[in-house]
Amino acid sequence: MEIPRHWRLKKQRYNLIGEVCPHCEAKIFPPRDVCPHCGEEARTEFAFSGRGEVYSYTTIYDAPAGYEAYAPYTVAIVKLAEGPMITAQLTDLGDQAVQVGMPVEMVTRRLRQDGDERGVIVYGYKFRPALVGAAA
Amino acid sequence: MFDVVIAGIGQTEVGELYTISLRDLARQAINAARVDAGGLRPEALFVGNMLAAAESRQTHLGALIADHAGLTGIEASTVEAGSAAGAAALRVAYFAVASGEAEVALAVGVEKYTDQLGPLSEASLMLSADSDYEAVQGLTPNAQAALLMRRYIYEYNTLREAFAGFPITAHANGALNPFAMYRSALNAEAYARAGLVSDPLNMFDVAPIADGAAAVILTRSDRLPKDFPHPRVRIAGASMATDRLALHDRPDPLHLAAAQQSVQRACKQAGISPQDVDLFELHDSYSILAALSLEAAGFARRGDGWKLAQDDSLSLTGSLPIATFGGLKARGFPGGASGLYQAVEATLQLRGQAGPNQVPGAHIAMIQSLSGPAASAVTHILAV
Repeated sequence: MEIPRHWRLKKQRYNLIGEVCPHCEAKIFPPRDVCPHCGEEARTEFAFSGRGEVYSYTTIYDAPAGYEAYAPYTVAIVKLAEGPMITAQLTDLGDQAVQVGMPVEMVTRRLRQDGDERGVIVYGYKFRPALVGAAA
Repeated sequence: MFDVVIAGIGQTEVGELYTISLRDLARQAINAARVDAGGLRPEALFVGNMLAAAESRQTHLGALIADHAGLTGIEASTVEAGSAAGAAALRVAYFAVASGEAEVALAVGVEKYTDQLGPLSEASLMLSADSDYEAVQGLTPNAQAALLMRRYIYEYNTLREAFAGFPITAHANGALNPFAMYRSALNAEAYARAGLVSDPLNMFDVAPIADGAAAVILTRSDRLPKDFPHPRVRIAGASMATDRLALHDRPDPLHLAAAQQSVQRACKQAGISPQDVDLFELHDSYSILAALSLEAAGFARRGDGWKLAQDDSLSLTGSLPIATFGGLKARGFPGGASGLYQAVEATLQLRGQAGPNQVPGAHIAMIQSLSGPAASAVTHILAV
């Protein structure tokens, strides 16, 4: 079930809230309260734009428990415009072929559903191809 | 510090061992190691394991295995470091003997993977990755390796077929090893035809996770039995390093920083450079990791690791033999036990007891166990 665990992460999962280091200006995601670049304390919240590009990607056919209903699905490492990289599924691909360097943007989607009818449905970020001409 | 020598080694076959339980696997490997050690009685036991909590619903392996191996009463606990657990347990056993806290220490790696199958097993394999930011996205270890392999091919402009040499080398050696899971040769045509697991990763790029146990008994040379029948294999260097757990948190995911650090520290302790080793048992859970490990250890420049696998350089008679008993790919990948299989196999090489797998003139061996894409890296230098 792990309800408190997912609840604790709602800012990150729904809004890509990370941190900015007040000492070296590095943008940090996920938040870790200590800057991974300069080692100083970093607790200032920072909302990421959700824009980025594909660093690498692949397709999963043999899904782990909780994800079988979604297989096959595409998972990527996305390099966010502000610097950090995150692991996320790609969605809304249609017939579009994925490429390294492809611009993508964050959307909120269902990530997984625990087994029975009372199981938690976990929502969070996925990334779709950036909509051409969309306002920044 | 006391000198540390390998007094005894033992291993079970690797495979889908449905008739053998977790505790029986460990006991078989321990008994073999105790016989090999001429009856030395361990004073401390360190267990390396990755998945017993998920696959066997069993923790507290120290007491369980000490009990069933006939060692009730001794100190015993589990060392956990993902699939590098066995190598980490060896390192703790090394601490125990080197410090003088124990005169005889036993490290056993045991994995019982096949009691759960399908999606539950796929999920348990992600327990050693970042649960909140990797596993929650439905990522799997195979997919993570595929992400690395695709990026490698993209950055260095290589072909997928460039990786074929790693499983081909492993299978050639595994075919000669009676403990190996796969004892059949593999050729380039079969590699090229193999089905994709997660593009660009194919089924021959993936080591089979399986059951098995291996054990090593350590002591100091002045405590060896007087009639000890084997050449004395020393642990000349031992080091463990860590990297950021999540692959995406690393500045350069294609650089295995922990693997590099642990090689450098272990070699410095042993007073050698990596080029001095006669064989390298590396963590070829995926062929891309074999290439990246060779680069991290300094055997190839960045982007060139795959080139070592294009001729016979990595074979038993080559300049840098790897996977000499089949490696994770062909001997099989018994999770947290794999680091102790490497120790057993390297000891056989240095004793000159490797039979058809013998590397001629082997005096110094480097063994390296990784967890995931090297968030943990444990490197040992063994020497005669």
